[in-house]
Amino acid sequence: MIALIDYRAGNLTSVRKALAAVGAEVFVPSAPADLASADGVIVPGVGHFGATRALDRAWVDAIGALLKAGRPILGICLGMQWLYEGSEEAPDLHGIGALQGSCARLIARDVKVPHVGWNSLNVSAQSSEAWIARGVPDGAHVYFTHSYAAPVTGDCVAVTRHGNSFAAMVERGPVAGVQFHPEKSGDVGLRILRNFVERAG
Amino acid sequence: MLAKRIIACLDVRDGRVVKGVNFEGLRSAGDPAALARRYNEEGIDELVILDITATLEARRARAATINAVARELFIPLAVGGGIRSEDDAVAAIDAGADKVSLNSAALADPALITTLAGRYGSQAVVVAIDAKLEGNQFAVYARSGQEPTPREAVEWAKEAEARGAGEILLTSIDRDGTKRGFDCPLTAAVSAAVSIPVIASGGAGGLDDFVDVFTTGRADAALAASIFHYAETGVSALKRHLISRGIPVRI
Repeated sequence: MIALIDYRAGNLTSVRKALAAVGAEVFVPSAPADLASADGVIVPGVGHFGATRALDRAWVDAIGALLKAGRPILGICLGMQWLYEGSEEAPDLHGIGALQGSCARLIARDVKVPHVGWNSLNVSAQSSEAWIARGVPDGAHVYFTHSYAAPVTGDCVAVTRHGNSFAAMVERGPVAGVQFHPEKSGDVGLRILRNFVERAG
Repeated sequence: MLAKRIIACLDVRDGRVVKGVNFEGLRSAGDPAALARRYNEEGIDELVILDITATLEARRARAATINAVARELFIPLAVGGGIRSEDDAVAAIDAGADKVSLNSAALADPALITTLAGRYGSQAVVVAIDAKLEGNQFAVYARSGQEPTPREAVEWAKEAEARGAGEILLTSIDRDGTKRGFDCPLTAAVSAAVSIPVIASGGAGGLDDFVDVFTTGRADAALAASIFHYAETGVSALKRHLISRGIPVRI
């Protein structure tokens, strides 16, 4: 069973429908203790980093315990940003810190911010070995809608450029994140969700 | 590089697509989900369901239609028509819409933009503007283009952005249904004034109309209905044409 975290940051319906389409069994935990039985956890989300305030110490501890047990986690959009140490969008808050670095606003250099629409993934050859990126071709288009993003680090599996280059898809052990919306990215997005569900087992 | 988006609009009444459909091999012509599936196979980037009777007859966009389309399509879906209150928007989003498009309701109560952006994020709030050239400015109309307002399109777009809109869906009343091409001066004026994406609508006739609106018109996305319904212009042929003109699109 995949746990889908509802912290009132956007609409879970789309993610639920897409997970159903790849055959996943999903539940929405009502309390951190419910996470103990999860094979994997997805932190979705859109909107302001301030919304992650709802993911309090109890949730952080429960998700941290799952990670220690090697269960995979997938952060989507704001959920991915929360995997880092924090974001300049809400400097008084911390992320879970499973990935190093902090999120920053995209630089509006000859481009519009927010970054909305289909953009391409620059997937390096070695990155295609990553479990989250299996079957995702270099240059594939995926759907973004965001103003803040994580930096390009060694954890990047795919990089996208909009004003500046940022982390579009990351992976570190069982921790994965996508800045775009796989639930809205057609067949490529469904493939990524399937990769996650298979990893969760 | 960010792709220019091609968006198909399904004008729906009583759960059926109106304006007609003429796809070969599409048995259930008029069924929104069947048409949406066809567009998806052709590579459409996004769908808009517009319940064209909803505003005039105070009807809500039909949740069953939204649900049927959203259950099998995994591309962005916007719903407009009859979104008059926070409750209407919640109903549409619960049914599977990613975005709601506000038109008359935003004109009547601009605070609704902020309310919805606060609840769902700006990316979920599209403000639709229907505009017509009057003298030397673009006048904004409400209620499906029937009711004049004191608003001017560029100023209204800027206000909508400031209030939390995530995108502007800009329709030229002068061009709508004419197939004479998009209104590039209108689109360029609004696009230059805001930092959120502008979707151009109204007037699509041929392949080069899309080239024009993405270059001269500075549009981020272009929307059409009837030319796709009647398969005069296939989505994949349109995208190949745009690529041949150096315009980035998703293949």
